[in-house]
Amino acid sequence: MTPSRKQRLFLVLFLVTGVIASVTFALKAFQNNMLFFFSPSQVYAGEAPESRVFRLGGMVVEESIKREAGSLTVSFIVTDYANSIPVLYTGVLPDLFAEGQGVVARGQLSDDLFIAAEVLAKHDENYMPPEVAEALRISREAQK
Amino acid sequence: MFNWFYRLGSPPHFYKLNRVIYPWIGLISILLIIIGSIWGLAFAPSDYLQGDGFRMIYVHVPSAYVSMLAYIVLAISAGIGFIWRMKLAHAVAVSAAPFGASFTLLALITGSLWGKPMWGTYWEWGDARLLFELLLFFMFLGYILLHSSFEDPNRGDRVSSILAVVGIINIPIIHYSVEWWNTLHQGPTISKLDAPSITIDMLLPLLVMIFGFTLFFFFLLLFRLQTEILIRSSNTQWVKSLFMDNAND
Repeated sequence: MTPSRKQRLFLVLFLVTGVIASVTFALKAFQNNMLFFFSPSQVYAGEAPESRVFRLGGMVVEESIKREAGSLTVSFIVTDYANSIPVLYTGVLPDLFAEGQGVVARGQLSDDLFIAAEVLAKHDENYMPPEVAEALRISREAQK
Repeated sequence: MFNWFYRLGSPPHFYKLNRVIYPWIGLISILLIIIGSIWGLAFAPSDYLQGDGFRMIYVHVPSAYVSMLAYIVLAISAGIGFIWRMKLAHAVAVSAAPFGASFTLLALITGSLWGKPMWGTYWEWGDARLLFELLLFFMFLGYILLHSSFEDPNRGDRVSSILAVVGIINIPIIHYSVEWWNTLHQGPTISKLDAPSITIDMLLPLLVMIFGFTLFFFFLLLFRLQTEILIRSSNTQWVKSLFMDNAND
């Protein structure tokens, strides 16, 4: 390699390492702002902002969805299998919202109840036809 | 030892070789995309939760994957061009950028259209995966803009190649964003060490589409590269004789 090529190679390596280092530190510093939601355990640990709006994420507990008759108000419990928080919401729910599915709610804590202004469904990375899902459910129930 | 490499780097040699190669890549890629589309849209089973809505995966995942691949091609060729002052490498970088931007935009649009019915929102500013993919789109545009703002194309090549190389940091961030942070976007289905979280009858058409999209990107790149080579060598003897020969045919 000629000296000038070597010089340019080192310049590129130097720049790339520098940028990687600074971006790593910047992302570490903004770690909390990069989180889209807080889990119930994080909320219990006091990591979520108490008096401000934040997002709560987790799974909807089986058989916890209760609809108020004659209105769009719905209540359910969000869990990360360690801690859980009850949520109250009035509005239209996305298609994928269901018990046992992931959910992200934006709102505020009032005492121990999370009042949500918006509820989004969080899809997981699993894709399968209905027959496979049914077979999985049956085998899981057989194990119980 | 590197003779073949240097010969490949010579514009007239590459131009003649590429003229034979790129139509075949184009043909195969379009066949794969047709097969993959019909297979994925009509024959793959529907999802247990999303129904037929999941079929967006057959366009969204390939275009998102190609958007990142295009950036890697852009950064590596720009880096080679910068270090070795290789004209052809700069031409590759310049040819890759607009198609990279197009596939990124396609990934953003298809994801957004899927997000509305499934998540309940078109776009969430707080989501790291969405944000860094949007940044990737602006990085392609930034490269194109910076490159075109120089009167002297050689200077444009050199300066914008630095931007392209440094921007490679965004690729691992996009890939790992769903693992490092809580995001609305789901985790990886295929690109992980464990077995894919998708059944084989849904996965196979997806792989055909990913392969088809990849080849289609390289077809577009090589096709555009031919023009780029001609523009860059327009004053050379071999280009002049090329057009003289054609005129005599």
